[in-house]
Amino acid sequence: MELLAQFAAGDLEAFEVLFRQHHKEVYAWIVRIVRDSGIAEDLTVETFWRIYKSRARFRPDGNFRAWARRIATNAALDYLRSARHETELPDDLACAPCEDPAVRGERRKQIKEAFHQLPAKYRLVATLALIEEEPYESIAEAVGISAGLVKIRVFRAVRMLRKKLSPLRVEAVAK
Amino acid sequence: MNDKENDREIKELLRQAIAPVKDTELRRDLWPQMLRKLDEHPAASAINVPWFDWALAAILSAVLLLFPGTIPALLYHL
Repeated sequence: MELLAQFAAGDLEAFEVLFRQHHKEVYAWIVRIVRDSGIAEDLTVETFWRIYKSRARFRPDGNFRAWARRIATNAALDYLRSARHETELPDDLACAPCEDPAVRGERRKQIKEAFHQLPAKYRLVATLALIEEEPYESIAEAVGISAGLVKIRVFRAVRMLRKKLSPLRVEAVAK
Repeated sequence: MNDKENDREIKELLRQAIAPVKDTELRRDLWPQMLRKLDEHPAASAINVPWFDWALAAILSAVLLLFPGTIPALLYHL
């Protein structure tokens, strides 16, 4: 409590203590969203920079961890909005064993493209909910929306993906 | 295939295509980088007014200038 009050008053040493206590957790959260360690490191620093800048608005009796996670999520979301980047995909997808490698490669490419075409706010919740299997409540707290809205966004993301991937799936069925 | 089955298939396809991040451990100290950032961008004053507050103040000022008759009404409600 005293540490948080000192931080809110602008004490750099208190900020360093908080940074060291929370930066690994913030990094771990961001890297699951942006899926690139270098970018996640930069965004971790950016997150704490935003935290330091808005220290006057932080209530010392508040939850620093939750506040930091929300700022980290916003920083990651800003990055997703601004950058066209590649998501690392595993080399071997769990496709049918008899499937032609060329078809498999094409499927990977199309899934990747379809996922990247999703608007950032949908990609964020889809990444956390469907790939990282994070509970809706946890995502809701980090994004600053209700769990119901997270569920709706995941649903819409799946529908958008379905629409984009439908020609591919028709081809796969035909083969 | 109904909608639910279709959605389930898409979720499965996505999970197969993009694996969860396994390595989430940070291996280097970011504090020096943090200090550099603090040096490069000295923090603004603790009273940092968001842009929309300035916009709101500007709109209010414009309304008061254009319609001075609203000033007494505004004062009454304060």
